[in-house]
Amino acid sequence: MSKIPGGVLTAVKKVRGGVKVDHHKNTQDCEVVRIPTPETVVIPMQMHIGAPCEPLVKVGDTVAVGQLIGDTDKFVSAPIHASVSGKVKAVGDIKMPNGILSKAVTIESDGEDRLWEGIEPPKIDTREDFLKAIRASGLVGLGGAGFPTHVKLNFPQDKGIDTLVINAAECEPYITVDYRECIDNSWNILSAVYTLKEILGFKKVIIAAEDNKPEAFKVLKNIADKDSNDDDVVKLMVLESKYPQGAEKMMVQSATGRKIPPGKLPSDVGCVVMNVASVAYISRYLKSGKPLVSRSLTVDGSAIAEPKNVRVPIGTNIGEIIDFCGGFKTEPAKIITGGPMMGLAIVGTDLPVLKQNNAILAFDKNDAAIKKETDCIHCGRCAAACPLSLTPTNIMRATKAKDTETMKRIGVNVCMECGSCAYSCPAGIPLVQYMRLAKTILREEASK
Amino acid sequence: MVNGKNLYVSASPHARASVTTRGIMLDVIIALVPALIASGVIFGLRALTVTAVSVAACVISEWAFRKFILRRSNTIGDLSAVITGILLAFNLPSGIPYWMVILGDLFAIIIVKQLFGGIGQNFVNPAIGGRIFMLLSFSGSMSAWTQPGAGFMNLGKVDALSGATPLVSDKLPSLGEMFLGMRGGCLGETCILALLLGGVYLLIKKVISPAIPLSFIGTVAVVSVIAMLVKHEGPEYIAYQLMSGGLILGAVFMATDYATSPISVKGKIIFGVGCGLITCLIRLFGSLPEGVSYSIIIMNILSPLIERVATPKPFGTPKKEKKAKKEAQA
Repeated sequence: MSKIPGGVLTAVKKVRGGVKVDHHKNTQDCEVVRIPTPETVVIPMQMHIGAPCEPLVKVGDTVAVGQLIGDTDKFVSAPIHASVSGKVKAVGDIKMPNGILSKAVTIESDGEDRLWEGIEPPKIDTREDFLKAIRASGLVGLGGAGFPTHVKLNFPQDKGIDTLVINAAECEPYITVDYRECIDNSWNILSAVYTLKEILGFKKVIIAAEDNKPEAFKVLKNIADKDSNDDDVVKLMVLESKYPQGAEKMMVQSATGRKIPPGKLPSDVGCVVMNVASVAYISRYLKSGKPLVSRSLTVDGSAIAEPKNVRVPIGTNIGEIIDFCGGFKTEPAKIITGGPMMGLAIVGTDLPVLKQNNAILAFDKNDAAIKKETDCIHCGRCAAACPLSLTPTNIMRATKAKDTETMKRIGVNVCMECGSCAYSCPAGIPLVQYMRLAKTILREEASK
Repeated sequence: MVNGKNLYVSASPHARASVTTRGIMLDVIIALVPALIASGVIFGLRALTVTAVSVAACVISEWAFRKFILRRSNTIGDLSAVITGILLAFNLPSGIPYWMVILGDLFAIIIVKQLFGGIGQNFVNPAIGGRIFMLLSFSGSMSAWTQPGAGFMNLGKVDALSGATPLVSDKLPSLGEMFLGMRGGCLGETCILALLLGGVYLLIKKVISPAIPLSFIGTVAVVSVIAMLVKHEGPEYIAYQLMSGGLILGAVFMATDYATSPISVKGKIIFGVGCGLITCLIRLFGSLPEGVSYSIIIMNILSPLIERVATPKPFGTPKKEKKAKKEAQA
């Protein structure tokens, strides 16, 4: 293992609590390979936080790669594009991985991957042009949350936002696509960083990753050093490998020492945090004008025959992606999209890949087995692990008692559901589930 | 294609640490072994049989009470009843009649622990609850301190000196004897060396945090310094104060009980300082020779209140808001 090169900053402030998880970065040396174009893709109209899109095509229409097929006039949303060329086979409701119904467009591929003729690099003279172009690209946060990027970057210029933090922490076990992005697309990352800095006026840019990625630092450092126009604004920063280092609040605290108050956003403390893959995409988009129609994923876990990093068209069937990775080597007992700490367990593989999915993990019986829930022994490991200084066991007790007063007082709405509490619990209590229940009870009470 | 019939679909996180309740309890038992061996060496085989009877009574009563009365799941597998049995025995003189031990165990397990909801729900430490029940019921037998070296094989009635604990005795054992435990006292509390070994093991294994033992023992040390100056005693007075009675046993193994101590570090320190202060007040001004048990039980009862004031504010709560909240509460 190589060392982290000199000249890399260290975290301004350490994260409280958190947990040391096994990294399982088995695929870190696997270059991203593109899967063969699937025969059909199912593209949901809700792959972002915010308003769903309305389908703009009807059954029988011919579409090409990058053609707009879903949009809305709501601000917090991101348009949706065809990821293969071919014929629209169906437009209708499908059940999403989280169990909610969403409209979706099913496209039968003609195998040609024809680019839509309207694609051209965006012309950018002003900030407004840039934000418009980002919206048109359909970009959402690729780290997992799926927040529309144009909304995030559209902050008032007088808000005193001075720092851009590029998040390459990738603190979830197994996932290595952000790492691959740093190694394979480092030029793109840095060129996008300079563009963002110039157009949006950041005074400081920090690219931060955990200390288990020395190779990424070496590659990025080499390029940053070669760049002559470096006016000492872009800095690399190494962070302790500790989950949930990559959570937005933890990232801002580590990189700048600033604390985001409950219910506030990074922009309230003068920061914008962007996932490294989103940043690299912006650079490619500005050159080509090709909207977000594919993404990289890590496919791994004890039930996968050949773990890989793959690039897939949005809407590809998860089962087909697993087949591409050699299928299952043992019978899978649990399949999740995203990482093991915050990912979503899915009910089957007949589901499409979404813009914000960064991994598909399948586990055998041993890895999928969860501890039997026993009584809380009040040991306090959950509170010690909570990076946000909450006391999950007390929230659980208040939730069981439906004591909304206490739930509010001890701040359950601050919880980001990172899972550090439930991970640490010796009694196997699904604490995150109780946090969600508590939030639901509070929401219901508020809507009364 | 895989469908959902054979898949687990549970809430995140999908990875869990390997730590279990049983594993934690097993670590505590391991940490108590040195002191158990020392008790056998110092007070003879009867110390071990008292402990064995106490453990058996705790485990059987927990199993039977849950099965036949509460009709709840069997929880003896979590090993917490074993710890209660050992700790209660450690707080008894080795010559105590077995039937008294069993009564104390029944009180600890059934009244203090199970009737309040079982593990994690007891309002005071069960072992201390049991001990205080026995102190009040059988004060004679409970203060008949066995002297060391009564004979290893002596399982019958043991000659005991009443009230010969170092805290009230004129003829003190040497500091070395105190450290090794060659003095009269409860069977598990005397060997400081063995207790500290166990404490270090628990700290290394991160089963306990140092906050409570350090603040508890530290407070006793500070008050002892003041008392030493007032009473014009020599510096060895402090060492005797720290090593006598059940202070080390209490501070390391009893006050750190999860269910009855606060969770936050700040709360733990308040809890430990409170225990230390009450211990000293009883020792210096009370009519009882020893105050560790009472100090812990009083702080156990205060623990939920301490928790309420000492719980940290959620990440990023602005300082002003903290102040405003405090004023609103007041």
